Amino acid sequence: MLTVNNISKKYKDFVLDDISFSVNNEDYFVILGQSGAGKTILLEIIAGLIKQDKGKILFNNKDISFEKIQKRNFGLVFQDFAIFPHLSVKENILYALKSKKLDKISTKEKIQELAKVVNISHLLHRNTTTLSGGELQRVALARTLALEPDILLLDEPLSSLDIILKDELRALLRKLNKNGQTIIHVTHDYIEAVTLANKVAVLHNGKLLQIGTPKDVFQNPESKFVANFIGIKNFFKTKITNKNKAVINNNIEISLVSDNTETEGCLLIRSEDILISDKQLEASAMNNFYGEIIDVYPIESNYELIIDIGVKLSAFITETSINKFKLQAGKKVWICFKASAVKFIKT
Amino acid sequence: MRRYSTFNLFLIFLGGLILLFILAPLVGMFLKTSPVDLIETAKDDDVVNSIWLTLSTSFCATIIFAIAAIPLAYLLARKNFFGKRFVLGIIDLPIVIPHSAAGIAILGFISRDTVVGEIADQFGLNLVGHPIGIAAAMAFISIPFLLNAARDGFSAVPVRLEKAALNLGASHFRVFFSISLPLAWRNIVSGLILMFARGMSEFGAIVIVAYYPMVTPVLIYERFGAFGLKYARPVAVLFIIVCLIFFVLLRLLSKEKTDANS
Repeated sequence: MLTVNNISKKYKDFVLDDISFSVNNEDYFVILGQSGAGKTILLEIIAGLIKQDKGKILFNNKDISFEKIQKRNFGLVFQDFAIFPHLSVKENILYALKSKKLDKISTKEKIQELAKVVNISHLLHRNTTTLSGGELQRVALARTLALEPDILLLDEPLSSLDIILKDELRALLRKLNKNGQTIIHVTHDYIEAVTLANKVAVLHNGKLLQIGTPKDVFQNPESKFVANFIGIKNFFKTKITNKNKAVINNNIEISLVSDNTETEGCLLIRSEDILISDKQLEASAMNNFYGEIIDVYPIESNYELIIDIGVKLSAFITETSINKFKLQAGKKVWICFKASAVKFIKT
Repeated sequence: MRRYSTFNLFLIFLGGLILLFILAPLVGMFLKTSPVDLIETAKDDDVVNSIWLTLSTSFCATIIFAIAAIPLAYLLARKNFFGKRFVLGIIDLPIVIPHSAAGIAILGFISRDTVVGEIADQFGLNLVGHPIGIAAAMAFISIPFLLNAARDGFSAVPVRLEKAALNLGASHFRVFFSISLPLAWRNIVSGLILMFARGMSEFGAIVIVAYYPMVTPVLIYERFGAFGLKYARPVAVLFIIVCLIFFVLLRLLSKEKTDANS
């Protein structure tokens, strides 16, 4: 278990202020924050590349606050990959293996194994200067995994990839985590947090605003910044059963537009896309549910309704509509949203 | 159709004058030197010995001083410390002071009545008039070229690559030799070649530290003073040819090395 206690760091005119959190073994911990929030500095402090001014870092109850970088065994994948341009793909991976002092045969086997995990076996002898972003990302990942790190630290690993590569890498990260790899992943993209994390921390201007499970943080934001920054409240683990149908909470069937079948993933519905009505609407929207309003509270210039249809859904609505339909807790309503408003992300 | 604007023609004209200014005296000197004279000169032991002395002392000076200069360049590229600008100023000093003055300073540093001179004396060496003294004068004048080129090279290596290497378990020494040095190598080689060239062509500082044994620039001066232009010219031409051959070879070798790396 990694415990970060009251870490502070002044870096040029940026201040990382009293950061504390802990990451259990096999956690997938996502630190969410805008650019300039201090995510990279925090990762580099954990890795030991930057020294904190104050505070302690403990790993498995051992104080490693001033442990050498090389001794920490935390593998950091940089945002721009930091692949050594004068070495081949294989040599890049070998670089990390050198400190393991393996014999020749085990080294060779290890390289093949790593290349297979991240699917770069065909690239091993290539020069790194001719690789694409996605390929470089995989090389960087293989190189870092070669360390067999206790914790894998990822700095915006998906940000420079196109959508298809994003899906592939997300699945790979998921797989690594399932196989027991502890991961700390920093990102500005809440979708990555929703789809990958079992624990999320929101970092803003060098301060940790909130830590919890994705459900805790996204559905009960403790501050205005968190509420505004995290774009989505309705997200559910799901399995696509047959084409254009997904099931959430084991009993609620949602229509969506997707080419996937028999795939697990995460389903997202924006609160803005949900319509409320007294009677069931005769409209083209495929998803119609009857449920009870649990809560109504103001946000910004609108209101947010929480409606229980078997799962809790959040819907945004104007004050005018609140008054017109006399919406309040306890009232039963119909809700609907279009199949095309449902977003599915494979994990 | 007008291919050149007046402005471009103006630039080409001025540029051409400058190129002519550099090339004309050199070409003139080559043309005025008959092949017979050149061959005679190449057979002259004094000339051949002086060329060997010049090349070898400059080469040794470059290599020996590089061992300490390259780490210093790395330090200057990577670390910020109090007085760094002052240190950078010191490094550029040899470029701005008159070379004869530099020669006087070095002579004062290595002559027999100084600490350095006395230590050398105990080993039976008199640095004044010795190739070691010549090498010291060459290095003094030429080391800024290596330091500055290497510093530029190290500055251009992204710090992140070094951080990544540390994170992958490499020691600081290994990071320096396996990442920083290979990636800055192209600049360092340029610096080494410049330092070697500058050392080889030095006259002012060397003539004060060691008139004998004669390096080629001193020999050319001596032939000119004693016998006149006609006798100095073939030595100059021969020395230039040898220098050019060396530079082309070094450039080719370093290019092969860096190509293999990239």
